Amino acid sequence: MRYAMAIDTRRCVGCSDCVVACQTENKVPVGYCRDWIVEEMSGKYPLLSLEIRSERCNHCADAPCVRSCPTSASHYEDGGIVMVTHEECIGCKACIASCPYDARFVHPEGYVDKCTFCLHRVKDGLKPACVSVCPTHAMIFGDLDDANSEISKILQSRTHKSLIPEAGTKPHVFYLL
Amino acid sequence: MPENMRRREFIKILGAGMGGALVGTSFLKGFTPPEGLNASELLKNSTIKKTATYCEICFWKCAGWVYEKDGQPWKIVGNPDDPSSNGRFCPRGTGGLGAYTDPDRLKTPLIRTEERGKQVFREATWDEAFDYIADKMKMISEKWGPECIALFTHGSGGDYFKNLLKAYGSNNIAAPSYAQCRGPREEAYVLTFGEGVDSPERTDLLNSKCIVLIGSHIGENMHNGQVQEFSEAVANGASVITVDPRFSTAASKSKYWLPIKPATDTALLLAWIHVIIEEELYDKEYVEKYTYGFDLLKESVSQNTPEWAYPITTIKPHIIRETAREMGKHVPATIIHPGRHVTWYGDDTQRVRAGAILNALLGSWGRRGGFFVPAKAHLAKYPMPKFPDSHKDWRQAYPGKYPLASLALASGICDATIPTPERDCSFKGWFVYGTNLIQTLPQPEKTIEAIQALELLVVIDILPSEITGWADVILPECTYLERYDDVRVSPARIPTVALRAPAFEPQFNTKPASWMAKELSKRLGLEQYFAWETFEEYLDYQFKSVGTSLEEMKQIGVKKLESDHPIYFLNGEDYEFSTPTGKIELYSTTLAEHGFDPVPKYTAHPEPPEGFYRLLYGRAPMHTFGRTTNNPLLADLMDENEVWVNPKVANKWGLHHQQYVILENQDGKRSNKIRVKVTERIRHDAVYMVHGFGHTQSKMRRSYMKGADDTQLISRVDLDPIMGGTGMRGNFVTFKTEAV
Amino acid sequence: MKEITITSGRMNPGIDPVLHAWGWEIPVYLFLGGLAAGILIFSAVYFLRGKADEYKFAVKIAPFSIPVLLTIGLLALFLDLTHKLYFWRLYTTIRWESPMSWGAWTLMLIFPLSVFWAASFVPDVRPGLKLPALAEKAINLLIPFRKAMAWALIVISVILGMYTGILLSAFNARPFWNTSILGPLFLVSGLSTGAAFTILLSKNEQERKAFSRIDMALIVIELFLIIHLFMGFLAGTEVHIQAAQLFLGGPYTAVFWTFVVTLGLVVPLLVEALEMNGYHLPAQLPAALVLTGGLILRFIVVDAGQSSRWLYKFMTHF
Ligand SMILES: Nc1nc2c(c(=O)[nH]1)N[C@H]1C(S)=C(S)[C@@H](COP(=O)(O)OP(=O)(O)OC[C@H]3O[C@@H](n4cnc5c(=O)[nH]c(N)nc54)[C@H](O)[C@@H]3O)O[C@H]1N2
Ligand SMILES: Nc1nc2c(c(=O)[nH]1)N[C@H]1C(S)=C(S)[C@@H](COP(=O)(O)OP(=O)(O)OC[C@H]3O[C@@H](n4cnc5c(=O)[nH]c(N)nc54)[C@H](O)[C@@H]3O)O[C@H]1N2
Ligand code: SF4
Ligand code: SF4
Ligand code: SF4
Ligand code: SF4
Ligand code: SF4
Ligand SMILES: [Mo]
Repeated sequence: MRYAMAIDTRRCVGCSDCVVACQTENKVPVGYCRDWIVEEMSGKYPLLSLEIRSERCNHCADAPCVRSCPTSASHYEDGGIVMVTHEECIGCKACIASCPYDARFVHPEGYVDKCTFCLHRVKDGLKPACVSVCPTHAMIFGDLDDANSEISKILQSRTHKSLIPEAGTKPHVFYLL
Repeated sequence: MPENMRRREFIKILGAGMGGALVGTSFLKGFTPPEGLNASELLKNSTIKKTATYCEICFWKCAGWVYEKDGQPWKIVGNPDDPSSNGRFCPRGTGGLGAYTDPDRLKTPLIRTEERGKQVFREATWDEAFDYIADKMKMISEKWGPECIALFTHGSGGDYFKNLLKAYGSNNIAAPSYAQCRGPREEAYVLTFGEGVDSPERTDLLNSKCIVLIGSHIGENMHNGQVQEFSEAVANGASVITVDPRFSTAASKSKYWLPIKPATDTALLLAWIHVIIEEELYDKEYVEKYTYGFDLLKESVSQNTPEWAYPITTIKPHIIRETAREMGKHVPATIIHPGRHVTWYGDDTQRVRAGAILNALLGSWGRRGGFFVPAKAHLAKYPMPKFPDSHKDWRQAYPGKYPLASLALASGICDATIPTPERDCSFKGWFVYGTNLIQTLPQPEKTIEAIQALELLVVIDILPSEITGWADVILPECTYLERYDDVRVSPARIPTVALRAPAFEPQFNTKPASWMAKELSKRLGLEQYFAWETFEEYLDYQFKSVGTSLEEMKQIGVKKLESDHPIYFLNGEDYEFSTPTGKIELYSTTLAEHGFDPVPKYTAHPEPPEGFYRLLYGRAPMHTFGRTTNNPLLADLMDENEVWVNPKVANKWGLHHQQYVILENQDGKRSNKIRVKVTERIRHDAVYMVHGFGHTQSKMRRSYMKGADDTQLISRVDLDPIMGGTGMRGNFVTFKTEAV
Repeated sequence: MKEITITSGRMNPGIDPVLHAWGWEIPVYLFLGGLAAGILIFSAVYFLRGKADEYKFAVKIAPFSIPVLLTIGLLALFLDLTHKLYFWRLYTTIRWESPMSWGAWTLMLIFPLSVFWAASFVPDVRPGLKLPALAEKAINLLIPFRKAMAWALIVISVILGMYTGILLSAFNARPFWNTSILGPLFLVSGLSTGAAFTILLSKNEQERKAFSRIDMALIVIELFLIIHLFMGFLAGTEVHIQAAQLFLGGPYTAVFWTFVVTLGLVVPLLVEALEMNGYHLPAQLPAALVLTGGLILRFIVVDAGQSSRWLYKFMTHF
């Protein structure tokens, strides 16, 4: 099993619903976010193009945050989901410094927090909160090891990219172009 | 009351919901639960409660479920059976909990104790507040007649005050969603097709092959179902043509972006009509069968060539032709989106009508991929006596003007409140429900002048928004999450009914508008108009008339009903349109009769003077006007607006990205400070900002003085002579950097 | 033209607009760690080379500062933790891939060892001192192991000295830290501050002179490493060039070239050179400059690293 997410930049309108949904579902305190929206505009008036991305932890297969953690608080769960065990985290922030995507933050309660791919929902067969609310159906979540999963199929058929693959972390959030 | 359930049940229900099917598409793709994982630890011992609601953060009214976990408000999600949301809310609806948790909410009735506008109030009991209002109403009725009280309303609870006012004897009920919003559109479509577009719009975007957006910034304008369908159409390869001086989100999804010179759209539309007729790209059969005045139209646009339109619009002739052909290629699944907020330049009915004519030529009205024929549930009305006749209305203040306005003009009532020697009807009392007139009506000084002439101003709101500061009595409503409201009967492809039930107990000393209106009716001797014992009984009565019940609705939230007609015209079917000719009027006989252009003509509008830029405004996806800018969850996503400035302009003024500036308009009106967004995404002759920021009310602590309010810069209004819409985009601004 | 905008989310304090995970605590911890490593290396090396009496301060007296320096350093590290009650979790696993983990374990080893090492010199430093019998017995037990301890200290101190740099350079995510030169640079800087410590506090002129000479060599090496560092960046990818730009025109330019390079390295080098050539200048001056320069170096490197990133490098707006 290898969980991954694909986000269709053609569908996404950058509405931020995924951001609020994550905050309510996961009780992320006001002022903090596990996901965020980036607009990347290229060109010169009037020849412009815009890529809108909903970003979050990439659940890297070669995750520097896991490597740099001195306590094993940051670890891989089944399916490659990168998680932080709150009771093992000392708040040294090595993982924060090691994440090229700046996906982590210190929760006001002291431990380090970030996107969990909504493991609690996934375990129950539900999609992550952000995926299930997205009004444009821009997000796809599933198992890459299953060749018949929607995500495997869409990654087969559509050109896609991940963010800074050259950082060598093997990210597992993909952007359909 | 909402039922409690164990979490396994909840999961089942949610799971079932996720598999629900949708009309006309397979939006929801299968998701196979993974194997080998155990039920999550996180939720194992939680109790979860869910309550049916429909959203009040904007007027799309999506239906959904409010969740509580372990007695704490948790989240709001869409109801999959609801055609307005398809189970998915927009960010504002998802963030709706913030309206409930906002610490700045109104908490108890307040009565003014000093000069109006000074914001000095005393806390009052509900009885005191109602007595005060009832006494004043009686006094106004005796002295000037009941018609001298008007209601401004925008939102579900306004209906009870509508009843109250009608029962009291006044028909002066206005919503800013008419003369400041979609009024010109409704009139233009009624003139052309005999029917309005209504809300939610009857646009069949889902099946469109070619979508033409004149301004409409879908994606930023986050009307949910519409955004969903737009995005689905884009994903399915529909070609989108976006006409907008700004590179909007929708423009970025488009095959063609036409960065038009603002205020010149009618020229472009006429040129398109010209090409479509000239190159015979229109739906001949449809035009033949259903329309009236084709030859008159053809004659009228004969000079409106793309070459003619080019210097006006700055859109190159070959692009105009190419895009016209693109529209023609997909007939009849091409839609010229009718727009929604269309009160731009004062000739708006005519501009929107030009789009309507294009739709008629392309045969898209009543056709797949164009406009479907909506269906709506018909509920039995809860019995109540007939309303008394009302003798005067706002029209008398405007003899001979705005002949085609079918609803009251909010701006018109406001103007007619300011006493003038020649007017015998000036308003003496206002009820303001759920509309922040200070930020909503253009020319705010005028609004305030009118307010100062009033004998009574009652504001029913949930927040201490600007308008409450001017009130004599403030009635604090509980939020939509804490109350019942009327049955939702939105028009859609299939008729539905939806329930809003209270998910939480009302906080503080707040109450639902339905209760307020009923209590007031008792003091005015009008209780027979609110004959229900409990609101549950009132709702149950109506639900029973369509084969359900309050009990059932609490379990399902939304019920789909049978429709009595197909959603598209049948092939070759005869159809009688509700126009004087019974046809789709390319040439409007009604306009001709009233002395207006029966076929739209282009009129030039003033251009910004040297050093000034046209002020454009619009929406941000995570906010609804000014009503969400203080919502903790949504302010967290965007807490102030920015003014978009082209790099060339920024260079000229030495402005750098993110610096604060003050904007000053042609009449010397100044804005609060606002950050500059230097971007290629806007033309060099205009600037842009999101409406709803720059609150001047310090009681809304999170949004106070955050960003700037476009309304403060709208001192010039171009009135639509046909229906009285207030064109608000004829204002020009310049930058003041030294004063920041 | 590119405009990159984070339109919502990500106003996480501590991350945006630039990462600010580490404040003053980590640079202090790294500085003190490096200084301790420098002091211990000189002490152990000169002990093994039989110069314990010639360089009495460096070999026998300076080690008494180590427990103090390390305690302050660890305290700084502790203060930086945001989930302090779980501090002990550091010592429930060994994570070889995590420099933070090895730092913690290295300190765990070096702390008692340095205490033993210093203790073994108590009789030499304070010949007349009356100690409790037990302590005396313990010290006598230690003395035969000095040689072994010295070897162990050299190994662990080099690790500690390198670690202060590697902690940062292991972070591929921060282009400015992501260079293999940081380990040697911090080691050399640690040695240099260790030497400065002796120059500053030793009462023996000969010893001070000798350490000044050593320090000059170390400073030259350090300057060489710094030049190398920037050449490496400038020959690297775009993100690395951008990282170097922080110091070549960017916000760190003035403070780095003035305080670290000029006042912390070049001036002490010149002063020491003049002194060698017979000019009478206060020897404490260059030493104090080197120590301050070393501290500022840690501050700047920790800070600058956090403002260098891979993503949103053309970021114009939050
Ligand atoms: N998130 C969110 N969504 C909303 C609302 C909200 O408050 N928040 N409000 C809802 C309501 S009530 C309404 S009425 C709608 C309004 O939403 P729309 O009907 O889409 O409003 P418009 O005024 O068409 O859209 C503004 C766009 O018009 C462009 N524009 C400005 N001047 C011109 C011009 O001269 N010509 C052309 N072609 N384009 C121009 C601007 O650049 C901007 O992109 O949004 C609805 N949806
Ligand atoms: N300058 C400028 N003016 C505009 C527009 C613009 O874009 N620019 N847009 C125009 C358009 S399209 C429209 S539709 C109108 C919209 O204008 P409004 O409907 O006035 O807009 P809102 O800001 O939503 O104001 C709603 C008020 O309702 C209150 N409210 C929210 N929920 C509740 C509730 O449950 N109960 C009660 N009692 N009150 C509630 C809020 O606190 C707020 O004070 O504005 C128009 N005016
Ligand atoms: S919810 Fe969907 S459409 Fe909205 S920003 Fe997130 S991914 Fe994009
Ligand atoms: S994105 Fe960052 S936090 Fe997430 S797994 Fe990769 S390195 Fe770790
Ligand atoms: S902050 Fe917590 S999760 Fe991150 S590296 Fe330190 S202990 Fe591990
Ligand atoms: S997967 Fe879950 S935790 Fe991650 S961003 Fe989406 S909602 Fe938040
Ligand atoms: S579109 Fe959004 S804000 Fe409007 S009713 Fe639907 S969910 Fe609520
Ligand atoms: Mo509107």
